[in-house]
Amino acid sequence: MRVVEHPILDELDTTKEVTIYCDGQPITALEGEPIAAALMNAGIRSFRTTPKRKEKRGIFCAIGRCTDCMMIVDGVPNTRTCVTPVRAGMCVKTQEGLGTFEKKEEVQ
Amino acid sequence: MDGVKYTGVPSAEELASCPGIPSEERMRKGRVACVECVQEIPCNPCEGICKFQAITVGEQITSLPCLHEAKCTGCGLCVANCPGLAITILDKSFSETEGTVDFPFEYLPLPQKGEVVDAVNRAGEVVCKGTVMAVTKAASYNGTAVIRLRVPITCVDEVRSMKRLPRTNMKGV
Amino acid sequence: MKIKEVDIAVVGAGSAGLSAAYQAALAGAKVLVLDENRLPGGQLFKQIHKFFGSRAHQAGTRGYTIGHQLLERVEKSGAEVWLNTLVYGMQKDCSLGVIHDDQHWTIKAKKVIVATGAKENYLAFPGSTLPGVMGAGAAQTMINVNRVLPGQRILMLGSGNVGLIVSYQLMQAGADVVALVEAAPNIGGYGVHAGKIRRAGVPFYISHTIKAVTGDGQVEHVELVQVDKMFKPIPGTEKTFDVDTVCLAVGLNPMTELIWMAGCKFCFIPAFGGHVPLHTEDMETTVPGLYVAGDVTGVEEASSAMEEGNMAGVAAAEALGFLTAEDAEKKKVEIRGRLNILRSGMFGERRRTAKTSQLQSMSDYQAQKGGVQ
Repeated sequence: MRVVEHPILDELDTTKEVTIYCDGQPITALEGEPIAAALMNAGIRSFRTTPKRKEKRGIFCAIGRCTDCMMIVDGVPNTRTCVTPVRAGMCVKTQEGLGTFEKKEEVQ
Repeated sequence: MDGVKYTGVPSAEELASCPGIPSEERMRKGRVACVECVQEIPCNPCEGICKFQAITVGEQITSLPCLHEAKCTGCGLCVANCPGLAITILDKSFSETEGTVDFPFEYLPLPQKGEVVDAVNRAGEVVCKGTVMAVTKAASYNGTAVIRLRVPITCVDEVRSMKRLPRTNMKGV
Repeated sequence: MKIKEVDIAVVGAGSAGLSAAYQAALAGAKVLVLDENRLPGGQLFKQIHKFFGSRAHQAGTRGYTIGHQLLERVEKSGAEVWLNTLVYGMQKDCSLGVIHDDQHWTIKAKKVIVATGAKENYLAFPGSTLPGVMGAGAAQTMINVNRVLPGQRILMLGSGNVGLIVSYQLMQAGADVVALVEAAPNIGGYGVHAGKIRRAGVPFYISHTIKAVTGDGQVEHVELVQVDKMFKPIPGTEKTFDVDTVCLAVGLNPMTELIWMAGCKFCFIPAFGGHVPLHTEDMETTVPGLYVAGDVTGVEEASSAMEEGNMAGVAAAEALGFLTAEDAEKKKVEIRGRLNILRSGMFGERRRTAKTSQLQSMSDYQAQKGGVQ
């Protein structure tokens, strides 16, 4: 759900695309945008599950303050996806609970 | 509870005591601004933009804008300029049966000239159909479009906007 | 670990921080601005509506245009801006612990201005953690900065200016606002903002609150309930709506962590969003050399934040001798005048009263300590 044409803001330049991977699934993102934006545009709203009750969480503040949006990004857990820009080939995974660091070989 | 503080819609009393609203007589003479600003907030661009000194706020910029209807030419510069989108241009001289309302509009898609749309009142209720006579989005309007709608003359006092059009054929959403 | 010495360090490159940096650099001070975000401007660039006030306040200009003009002035002024930079701590001597370019830095500044703004409040109710429940500011960031719609059918909770403005902006971005809900018996924000929403056909539910949000792994339905004058739910008044997003516009809370660390004295002002630091009219706190500006001193709005930033920048520059007392006072009189206008009228009065009590608490503290700093 991209906001391309807008009554006030300039038309969005959608030409510079990169592909990232979320739980193995390729996602088209715009160069430099936060991971959370690319995922939400692709219809993915649930980013992690909580440690005790395994409840789904997505964004809350979207400016890096609340940590609700954390996922495992290129093997690093607890990465705030709302302030981390995408990179071509980036590997993003749903974080279950507190997350663990992944060894280099596991990052696919 | 009635009034803009409770419903977002000015009450009849608030409109009656609003110094920015033109008289019936003036509206029947031709295009005139209608400044429906009923709350005292610090704001006065309307005073500055009018070339004819037809709107005054004064030194205390929380004062409600006052319309000097004899000076107003209905040029419409104030419509796009108001940060609160509270100003329209009303004209009850168009014909015996019809009048026009110019209002600010900041959505997409914009209607086309000649299109018939749903005209709404201050509460967003459709009160009649309106024919689009002009859609202006001058650079100086800074992103705000001004739409002129032709409506039944009995609806000029009520119509303050139009229902948003569906966003089909638009990129993205 | 690297060390950098500057005249004035400004924490936060938002409305207040950039304004402070500009004034200080303009006077000739060596200024370093630090911000944890990858883009400067704080919340200013997300404000796509036209600002109010007078010509001096740039009324009629859209927030992001004001932001770009401010940023341009800062860039030309010679102030250094470090983005993607985390200020994780402040010592009692006001030296800053900073992470910049993957390195640890200590920033030693003769004067520090903290302009870290405020964060959105949360409201807990059944289902409040479901994906799709987010802050109104989050929705605004998504649509105006990231250009992504956070959902299609939105329920907005809160009728202050944030709730009203973001509802309007969501519709501009192409979403539908199904209802705007307010627990108090009246609308909190400007009538003109509320008017735009009503004309767009959005119903208001005053004296209502959210009873629960439900859905399978994300927001699907929201149940509202009417409340009485004591904010107690009235049984039997429940109403359910199909939505995919619930935005909470329930107030902001100043982000004062760094100021606490330095040992500042605080007071609690609900109208300002919580605990706020005591400060003088010159924006200096109870810790000598530590200034504050913007929403961190009390939640107001962008124009006030810019003026407080101007005040702090001028005062800090004056304290270091970059401005004569005469030149500084001239600027301060103009700033005070513009602040007074912003804090006038039926909405501004409440903030004026709050700010007056905050300044009074500072005076009382200074008197207690035995005279002016």
